[in-house]
Amino acid sequence: MNAGAVRLKGLRFDYPDGTPALRGVDLHISPGEGVAVIGANGAGKSTLLLQLNGLLLPTAGQVAIDELQVSRTTLAAIRQRVGYVFQDADDQLFMPSVEEDVAFGPRNQGLPPAEVQQRVQAALQQVGALHLATRAPWRLSGGEKRAVAIAGVLAMRPQVLVLDEPSAGLDPAARRRLIHLLQACVQTRVMATHDLDLVLDTCQRVVVMHQGAVQADGPAQQVLADAPLLARCGLEPPLSLSVRETSR
Amino acid sequence: MARLDHALQTLRALDDVAAGARNRGQPDPRALLLGALACIVTAVSFERHTVAALLPLALFPLALAIRAQLPWRLIKRTLMLAAPLVLMVGLFNPLLERETALLLGGVPVSAGWLSFVSILLRATVAVSTTLALVASTGMPVLCNAMTRLHVPQALSLQLWLLYRYLFALGAEASRMDTARQLRAGAQPRPSLATWGALLGQLLLRSVDRAQRLHQAMLARGFTGSLPSPALRWRMADSVFLAGWCSYFIAVRMLDLPTLLGQALLRGLT
Amino acid sequence: MHMADALLSPAVGGLMWAASGAALVVASRRVQQQPDDRLVPLMGMLGAFVFSAQMINFAIPGTGSSGHLGGGLLLALLLGPWPALVVLASVLTVQALLFADGGLLALGANIFNLGVLPCLVVYPLLYRPLAGRAPSSRRMAAAVMVSAVVGLLLGAAGVVLQTVASGISSLPLQSFAWLMLPIHTLIGVGEGLATLALVLFVRRHRPDLLQAALPARPARPAGNHGLRPALLGWAMAAALLGGVGSWFASTAPDGLEWSLLRAAGEPAAAAVPAAAEPWPAVKAQTSAAGLLGGAATLALVAGVGWALRHRRGRPAPPLPADRG
Repeated sequence: MNAGAVRLKGLRFDYPDGTPALRGVDLHISPGEGVAVIGANGAGKSTLLLQLNGLLLPTAGQVAIDELQVSRTTLAAIRQRVGYVFQDADDQLFMPSVEEDVAFGPRNQGLPPAEVQQRVQAALQQVGALHLATRAPWRLSGGEKRAVAIAGVLAMRPQVLVLDEPSAGLDPAARRRLIHLLQACVQTRVMATHDLDLVLDTCQRVVVMHQGAVQADGPAQQVLADAPLLARCGLEPPLSLSVRETSR
Repeated sequence: MARLDHALQTLRALDDVAAGARNRGQPDPRALLLGALACIVTAVSFERHTVAALLPLALFPLALAIRAQLPWRLIKRTLMLAAPLVLMVGLFNPLLERETALLLGGVPVSAGWLSFVSILLRATVAVSTTLALVASTGMPVLCNAMTRLHVPQALSLQLWLLYRYLFALGAEASRMDTARQLRAGAQPRPSLATWGALLGQLLLRSVDRAQRLHQAMLARGFTGSLPSPALRWRMADSVFLAGWCSYFIAVRMLDLPTLLGQALLRGLT
Repeated sequence: MHMADALLSPAVGGLMWAASGAALVVASRRVQQQPDDRLVPLMGMLGAFVFSAQMINFAIPGTGSSGHLGGGLLLALLLGPWPALVVLASVLTVQALLFADGGLLALGANIFNLGVLPCLVVYPLLYRPLAGRAPSSRRMAAAVMVSAVVGLLLGAAGVVLQTVASGISSLPLQSFAWLMLPIHTLIGVGEGLATLALVLFVRRHRPDLLQAALPARPARPAGNHGLRPALLGWAMAAALLGGVGSWFASTAPDGLEWSLLRAAGEPAAAAVPAAAEPWPAVKAQTSAAGLLGGAATLALVAGVGWALRHRRGRPAPPLPADRG
């Protein structure tokens, strides 16, 4: 059943020069769950995310999306199910207009033009960027670019949404719009982020990574309140939790 | 460093003008491209001492520029950039060709000055035509037009990606050099070693960026080519191209200004 | 130096376009046939890099002048000769379209002088033999410097020949060559230094990037018969430099000053250089008509322009501020 379950079993990844980046990660994410992967820089968050749509392939272990295992032969099918939003939207938006860029994914999926057009409209509507349709992507503001990048991925109707630092560089208003958007998403969401307050607003579950291994995996409220654990992994509790504490 | 910022500013300005022009509707970009080429070829095909007969060609870039609402300041700025080279070579003409070619109210004008002015006029027509072409279409549309004119996809795709990433990379290069200048004290220009380190970094970052772009393209199913929107050639485009080409032929064959002048003289006397 | 539309004749411009066009068609096919689709985004990004890098000058030690990157040799080292040509052509095209550096007609000549010559001639026939398969830094430096200077001189020779063949400028071959030679040797030194600085940097931090341009067998552009021994390469370099130098220094050893003195001191007929065409007899009446007609034409064109502008309803807008 195509529902967007993500399963990692004994996932290991070494860089080409031999440095281990992921040291045996086991993770099971249910369809529709919102999971945040947090950790200090270099902990392996991005590396983990890149495994989910086969941009990196494991040195050992398995990655599976529902019943489909990630391998060289299944890349096209995997990338239909897993949408990836990159950290720098500029790396993602390369077509001459917003419309054409959002249409890129659906077109490559082989959909007929009418369907492509419909998906583009729906995706732009969902991220609140319909008014930007004919604009040139590289001239947009940071928040607008991010919204268009997300639209480009949503238009492919993935079951799993992977986001790398989605709130980085966004002003408060754009960040708030992102939070609303993510709260309304029904797909499985896996995001790597430093923005722990964003995590509290959009994810039910948190996975803490440290030096390529999973240190903790549990409900967001619980993990993010564990200050000693976070400190061990080079992190701090989110601001809103501390505030909530003091306001009690 | 000012050069790069200057160039980026011009880039953005032209991009804006072209976007505006596109929204207001223009002839098919293929017609514009072919028309521009025809105009330039006509301009450079005149005998080297021709001055007056060249003038009517200015109508084409002028009409295009007005329709695209290309600001005069941009044209002037671009002309000034192009002028030094052409001036430098062209100025030898008056020095080397000293024979008198005509008398202007008793003052002898050498052939060299005529050919020099001809060079300047050619430059003006060529530069303004090119600029007006880009202002009327913009790079995305031009790249598409080229693909539709059977330019190999590798070339138009390359041109497109270069243009698109010039904004990001150019800005990054500019920021890096500004940061360097703030710590460079009295030396405006970096030493070779500094330059090498600065641009070496930019080069490696560009390569990394290219890799991320590639990943992003793959993540959405890239298979090696980008779609190009269809262009529809209409009757109006044929009329546009045929009309202007006829005009160029007439200008080339007939020396219209002299005819006009003769008619005026006859009328006055 | 870029060739300009204003100095070209349609015949020469067309010919250079044919030559460059053919090279580009072949280059595009080679690029499209490459199995590695990482090449496409890399080429685009490196094009943007070269364009930006060209705008940042450095001080050449000991001369007080500045140098900048051309990019042909660097691109060939990173990508191989055919993709390098495509990238350079795109850089030159953007420069021609948006910055009036060259022109639409002259683009063919510029792609030839600054793209085809460095990437398809100098890189395989000079640099590769000189550098060998896994050069030491010193050997690479020598190969880069020689190749850069030769490449620039060849390009300069191209500009000179194209200008003189077009016949729009009055500069005779010798004089123009004398004008260009010292300038382009210096530019070549600058290009060599810039390329070397970047190549050594890349070699230190990402040597894998330079491997990409070294296939199991060297690239074979038309006319190349395979890898030549380094000795032959050095001999070629010497022959090229010697030949080019002696050609510039041939029957008019005094160069530009001599032509100018002659032109100023001698009767007009004797001073007309070979490149100029004989001036036909001019009738005073035609001159007056031409003058009057020219002025009237300008007025007409301006009038049409004014009418068009005001029909639009508003004058041209000021330069918009950046929104990006």
